[in-house]
Amino acid sequence: MTRDVGAALVALALVAAGAAPIVAPHAPDSHFSQLLNAPPTIVRLVDAGGRWHAPFIYPWRLVNQLEQRYEEDRSTIAPLAWFSGGKLLRSSNDEAPLLLLGADNYGRDVFTRLIFGARTSLALAIASAFGAMFIGVSLGAAAGFSGGAVDEVLMRATDFVMVLPAIYVALALRSVLPLVLTPGQVFALLAAIFAIVGAPFVARGVRAIVRSERRLDYAAAAEALGASDARLLVRHLIPAARGFIAVQITLLVPAFIIAEATLSYVGLGFPDAVASWGTMLHDASTNIRVFADFPWLLSPAAAMFLVVLGVNLALQDAGTVVFAESGEPRRGVKSGS
Amino acid sequence: MIRYFARRLAFALVLVIGVSSATLMLTRLAPGDFITESLGTGASQQTIAQQRARYGLDKSIGAQYRDWIAGAARLDLGYSMQYGRPVRDLIPERAANTAILAITALLFATLIGLPLGVITGSRRGGAMAGAIRAASLVLLSMPPLLTSLFLVFLAARTGWLPISGMRSATVPAGGALIDLLRHLVVPAAAIALPLAAMLERLQAQAMSEVIRAPFVLATLARGVPQSRVLWRGALKAALRPVAGVYGLVIGSLLSGSFAVEVITAWPGLGSLMLQALRTRDIYLVAGCAGAGALFLACGTLVSDVALAAVDPRVSEMRTERA
Repeated sequence: MTRDVGAALVALALVAAGAAPIVAPHAPDSHFSQLLNAPPTIVRLVDAGGRWHAPFIYPWRLVNQLEQRYEEDRSTIAPLAWFSGGKLLRSSNDEAPLLLLGADNYGRDVFTRLIFGARTSLALAIASAFGAMFIGVSLGAAAGFSGGAVDEVLMRATDFVMVLPAIYVALALRSVLPLVLTPGQVFALLAAIFAIVGAPFVARGVRAIVRSERRLDYAAAAEALGASDARLLVRHLIPAARGFIAVQITLLVPAFIIAEATLSYVGLGFPDAVASWGTMLHDASTNIRVFADFPWLLSPAAAMFLVVLGVNLALQDAGTVVFAESGEPRRGVKSGS
Repeated sequence: MIRYFARRLAFALVLVIGVSSATLMLTRLAPGDFITESLGTGASQQTIAQQRARYGLDKSIGAQYRDWIAGAARLDLGYSMQYGRPVRDLIPERAANTAILAITALLFATLIGLPLGVITGSRRGGAMAGAIRAASLVLLSMPPLLTSLFLVFLAARTGWLPISGMRSATVPAGGALIDLLRHLVVPAAAIALPLAAMLERLQAQAMSEVIRAPFVLATLARGVPQSRVLWRGALKAALRPVAGVYGLVIGSLLSGSFAVEVITAWPGLGSLMLQALRTRDIYLVAGCAGAGALFLACGTLVSDVALAAVDPRVSEMRTERA
């Protein structure tokens, strides 16, 4: 059951990210200059006089400019409209925008940016995980299949990358390039860095599995039937590792989401204009009052938590199952430190 | 055995030199240097050239590296342009701050995680085991970046604990040590909680494998009380696989403490490195990266020694492979 909950959380995030322009009520860069750091608008059914309505919100009215305190303007009702103007749900009154998670310090809708940010953050994490898989599987299969000196060199290299202080290396690699890059360049750069840092974890497992599978009868049979090395690898040995590979990719995605957030948080990731979960936290961190007064600005952290939790729930015990299937002793993989 | 540790030491040394050299090169190759970053666009060509010569930035990259490595051999790590002090004087203090944070976190994570793992690993059902397992799963999904944001949020809301820095501006009543400990709670807990959850899961897994072993049944059959079997015999046997991951844990400590240091403004190695990178203070960058690698190497070395101590097969096996 918990597995389904996890899968549902992940699926929800992916669907919301994919359909961002519809799910989000506003454009990611549209801002409401009268609503800087406004709190979330509360969706109501009953008005101040006790009468029932279709879902509606009260607009925010600024009561203290300096402290950015807002009060609900109970005199106006802004009904919510489903599927209007190409959006899933929005306020029918443009003066009273729907702010499900409040507004940030530029007056941009946090919910909208969260959904568009999911696109950036999830796409980067997934692309990096596939990059890590590609590098890891190639190296691991080469090492496990050829053995000898190739194996030795490749495994030493992965050992080395694994013991590197990953975050320091990522920082140094990122800062080699100019601080100002286009979002596309940042995406490619971060994906490359993450793929390199993540690949050794895939490579080690694939190597172990390819090595042990190669000694099994079916591999010998395939070889005896005249299968070439390439065919043996691609058709027989790598597929034997597919369970392990699938789990590893899924485990790398949350790690890369957090890595992007960390780098963007410290200002070495995406530029501020791009909505990503990391840049949103970075924006929030520039205001000292965020923790006490504007906690809705931290909602990207909550989103990350839910996605990571979803992955963890969906993968519960999957590690054990996969290793048991492939006949690889679990301890052998773990003690690779 | 001795050969094994000699190899490990050599590897550690190569790692530290490699990492600091590589970061020095990388930062040097990066566009812009400390002078252009700090003087701005208004500076004349002459001033820029003078300043560059002062810090040795006008030399070719090869010559610069040669000078740096020659200095490093005499433990002279160069000069921080931003602080106007030798890098060697800056690093130990910051590294000590990171170590205080990391060691406190590791200690608490171990003290919380392992006993809870014994409980959950030895019981199939039960409300308590279920609650611990659920809490672990939640905390595992909150890496230090998220825990620290959450804890800072809690601390800011309640006002119970300071949310940033390592010391108050003025020493409050109760003395400097109490003040330091109060500042330590949020960042240390931010690292310790997810780590404790990870250790709990590993310990539980190891434990559930061990209690199925014949020797546990045999001991129980001899009439040894269950709690004694669990907390003496089985725990000891289950510690081996857990000890094996401590080397990896230390790596995650270092990257975890980076995020936490930045969020809680803890004056550690990570925040120093970040500052140095931003200003292109290349010798300081290399020094910090080297110190980080040293930290990791020491950690892995200690955990390997500990592992070899509880499991003699390890050093045999690794010497063969190495």
